[in-house]
Amino acid sequence: MTVLRDILLEAKNLAAIFEATGAEVVELDFLQISNVLLDLYGEDIRGRAFITNDPVYGEMMLRPDFTVPIVEQHMTNSVSPARYTYCGKVFRRQEEFPDRPREFLQVGYEIFDGAKPEKADAEVFSLVNEALSGIPVRIATGDIGILMSAVRSLSTSEPRKKALLRHIWRPDRFRTLLNQFSGLSSKLHTTEEFEDYNKIVDKFEIIGSRNVREIKERLQQIKLETETDPINSEEVKILDDILSLKDKCTEALRYLEKLSKKMPGIELTVENFAKRLTLLEKNGIKADLLDFEGSYGRTSMEYYDGFVFGFYSETHKELAPVATGGRYDALTERMGPGKKIPAVGAVLRPDLTLLLRENYHD
Amino acid sequence: MIRLGIPSKGRLMGQTFHWFSERGINLVRSESDREYAGHIEGIKNVQLIFLSASEIPRELSAGRLHFGVTGNDVIQEKLVRFNQLVEPISELGFGFADLIIAIPSFWVDVETLDDLDAVSAQFRDNHGYRLRIATKYHRLLREFLMQTGVADYQIVDSQGATEGAVKNGLAEAIADITSTGNTLRANHLKILSDGLILKSQATLFKSLMAGFSQEENQVANFLVKKLSTKD
Repeated sequence: MTVLRDILLEAKNLAAIFEATGAEVVELDFLQISNVLLDLYGEDIRGRAFITNDPVYGEMMLRPDFTVPIVEQHMTNSVSPARYTYCGKVFRRQEEFPDRPREFLQVGYEIFDGAKPEKADAEVFSLVNEALSGIPVRIATGDIGILMSAVRSLSTSEPRKKALLRHIWRPDRFRTLLNQFSGLSSKLHTTEEFEDYNKIVDKFEIIGSRNVREIKERLQQIKLETETDPINSEEVKILDDILSLKDKCTEALRYLEKLSKKMPGIELTVENFAKRLTLLEKNGIKADLLDFEGSYGRTSMEYYDGFVFGFYSETHKELAPVATGGRYDALTERMGPGKKIPAVGAVLRPDLTLLLRENYHD
Repeated sequence: MIRLGIPSKGRLMGQTFHWFSERGINLVRSESDREYAGHIEGIKNVQLIFLSASEIPRELSAGRLHFGVTGNDVIQEKLVRFNQLVEPISELGFGFADLIIAIPSFWVDVETLDDLDAVSAQFRDNHGYRLRIATKYHRLLREFLMQTGVADYQIVDSQGATEGAVKNGLAEAIADITSTGNTLRANHLKILSDGLILKSQATLFKSLMAGFSQEENQVANFLVKKLSTKD
């Protein structure tokens, strides 16, 4: 049975790997103001975080992860490039998996550096890989950036692209929209009856803060949408090819390079993928053995918008991932408009790494 | 002593009494009808506990009630993994209510969840905060909207008179129970065509968490046999 003392020691050992890079060791607050987390994650976070109340700040949450406090910390200090490492407990409500712990340690490492993103990606991944050496793991990698660049380069209207990008992390809703926009499922209803907006004001009582002007604006959007040609099936197929891609990184790259001939809008993100693989090879990671999934990181990892990865136990498949990480370039902007600071990071679970090390040696 | 929870509110209590008596079980309230206690005619070892229907789930899951009558809406809202805590014995055929999402009737551009999601995005862009939905069914609403992929909304707590929340400026939409829809219409609201979260009715539940002595088990089996819709 692993005891807290041993887990803390394991955490210290993991943290040492990150501290050796010269990263600043940071201490972060346990209590976070709910609104910041809610604005970022949406209401779903209430199902995952413990909520409490402060007489002055109002609703607060026990930190469910370090992402928000670390970005806040960086935005106040704001010296880039910067490397941070931290070690501390996070707290999660467990409705879906009642056997999983409500509090556990995380060790993390984050790089805020816009200059050489692929180099930073490779650095974070390689350090995590090093920290987990000796533990049998399955590694999953992906790149949300490639998918997003494919959506951006569709030859269709901006509102459609915006709607698809908004739901990159909700695969079902993304599919519903894609089907609508490509003519595979029925279009939105027509509302011609109300094009004369006086009819709305005459017929109904106007209540609440959404006003008639907004209704009119959306009626026009619906009209425009019904008049817009469906996204052509070749482009939809390229999206589907990216989404269903599952191969070793070297093969996946070759395949994506071929796709980028047909969709030049993804060339840049595919080039970045190639650069990253070269840098990973330099760090001793075999790209021809590393898995790549075009859809990886779309469900549990909202806000990641580039390279994504996860390390899973090979021997204990029921466990939560041992380590996860990725790039979140747009997050800083969402938290404070006008302050875009590209970043990449990862977290490890010392309780799980220790458990797996012990079982491995048994 | 078997503890049977009965909703203490007027109409629901009356219908519950009637439903039991139709099956040959007469519930009797203590002589002083101000006292929230009672028994079953001719059966010893059953104690009636009168409680707010919204408190019955908690008492069943704690094992302090052996049986209880309440709506499956409150059971599912209040109990995580409810089917491991309580077992439905019989649907009582009254207290029908649908948990639905309603929006202002003048939103002529909104009929479905697809629309609601698009409007949430528009609203957040225009107003700088997430579209507010007033409800007391936080968990059921959140899970429903997560499953259906609606984003950029926020839940505002409303424990009563929820239909008035939009008119009163507390929210842009609501999620609440309705039977006829009259109150919704009177408050200038309409139901999303695919916004049905749950269909509910008064239901007799057995606690899976309560301990049953041998004697209590006999009485419990007798009650289940009499009251179960399975036979």
